[in-house]
Amino acid sequence: MTTGTATKKEKKFRGIVVINHASCKGCAFCVEFCPTKALALEKGFNAKGYHPPYLATPELCNGCDMCGLFCPDFAIFGYREKLEQAA
Amino acid sequence: MSELRENPVNEYLRLDRLPSIWCPGCGIGTTVNCFTRALTESKLDLDKVAIVSGIGCTGRVAGYMNLDSFHTTHGRAIPFATGLKLANPDLKVVVYSGDGDLSAIGGNHLVHAARRNADLLVVCVNNFTYGMTGGQVTPTTPISAVASTTPYGAYEETFNLPNLMDACGAVYVARWTAFHVRQIAKSMGEGLKKKGFRFIEIIAPCPTLYLRRNKLGDGLDEMKYYKEKSVVKNGADTREVGLDYHDKIVVGKFVDRERPTLEEAMDKRFTDVLGAKYVPYTSPGKQPLA
Repeated sequence: MTTGTATKKEKKFRGIVVINHASCKGCAFCVEFCPTKALALEKGFNAKGYHPPYLATPELCNGCDMCGLFCPDFAIFGYREKLEQAA
Repeated sequence: MSELRENPVNEYLRLDRLPSIWCPGCGIGTTVNCFTRALTESKLDLDKVAIVSGIGCTGRVAGYMNLDSFHTTHGRAIPFATGLKLANPDLKVVVYSGDGDLSAIGGNHLVHAARRNADLLVVCVNNFTYGMTGGQVTPTTPISAVASTTPYGAYEETFNLPNLMDACGAVYVARWTAFHVRQIAKSMGEGLKKKGFRFIEIIAPCPTLYLRRNKLGDGLDEMKYYKEKSVVKNGADTREVGLDYHDKIVVGKFVDRERPTLEEAMDKRFTDVLGAKYVPYTSPGKQPLA
């Protein structure tokens, strides 16, 4: 309680995205259709010369697995991890 | 702390066959994701699910999925699947193929399987072209679209696949685009539960041949176009859902009805005529000895 502003509702889980760089073909479906726009394409390349995605703003990710549903190369998926409630 | 997780799709895939041959921006892999989600939701015994494909880019699905599968000759996925279902009625048989394979080369089989109401779930991934053989014109290529065999634009009237299947008597007809992932998964789930000839058409981008030749951008541009231009009309009259070149796409579940399947009709007819002499076929190994 450092500030006087209303505290945000405490999150019960956090979203985690797992990316398999080797099988990504850089189509950017995951980046475009992420509901919270948490993903972005990397500047770097993978072994095949494509730009794989990365979790640019981790606090936006809610683990909905929409990226996993869109990915045509089964290279990305998201899930929710329960956070331990602060006492 | 979190343990290392595996992609939920992996248990349905033959990982030694991956990476797939599909181009970057192709929509077929997306539909496979939806299919695996539908399989998970349906809680079917995977030993009782068989997937049959013809030839083509979409025909590779049977090879990538870790189910009992068969990669048939060009256009003959449906006759093989019909035989499979008749010989082993316990199986859930899914035909997963492309528009060229199902509606052109196997057009006759598609029409007659729908007419007879063979107990199959047919997933037709429609990318408006023959993707694997070099982008030739198919019965679904819209008028004025350029293909390798129609350099001045296609001029033949196209198949309206939902209408064709509706007219032939399919019990379940739906169309989605590769953008509608949740709806595809739901539709496939409904299809897996239903009996009879179920037909799901999925419009998918072909970035290398169809989109590049027609200067429509890459797969992502096409997906954005699906998002903008598709109109969901569940229960729409299938006569009005034809596709024009780069125009709006009517999607939704168009037909959901009941009709006796091929096996049910056969059993009923033979029981009516032969009475107690007729022993309905159940499955291999369960037949009474002669």
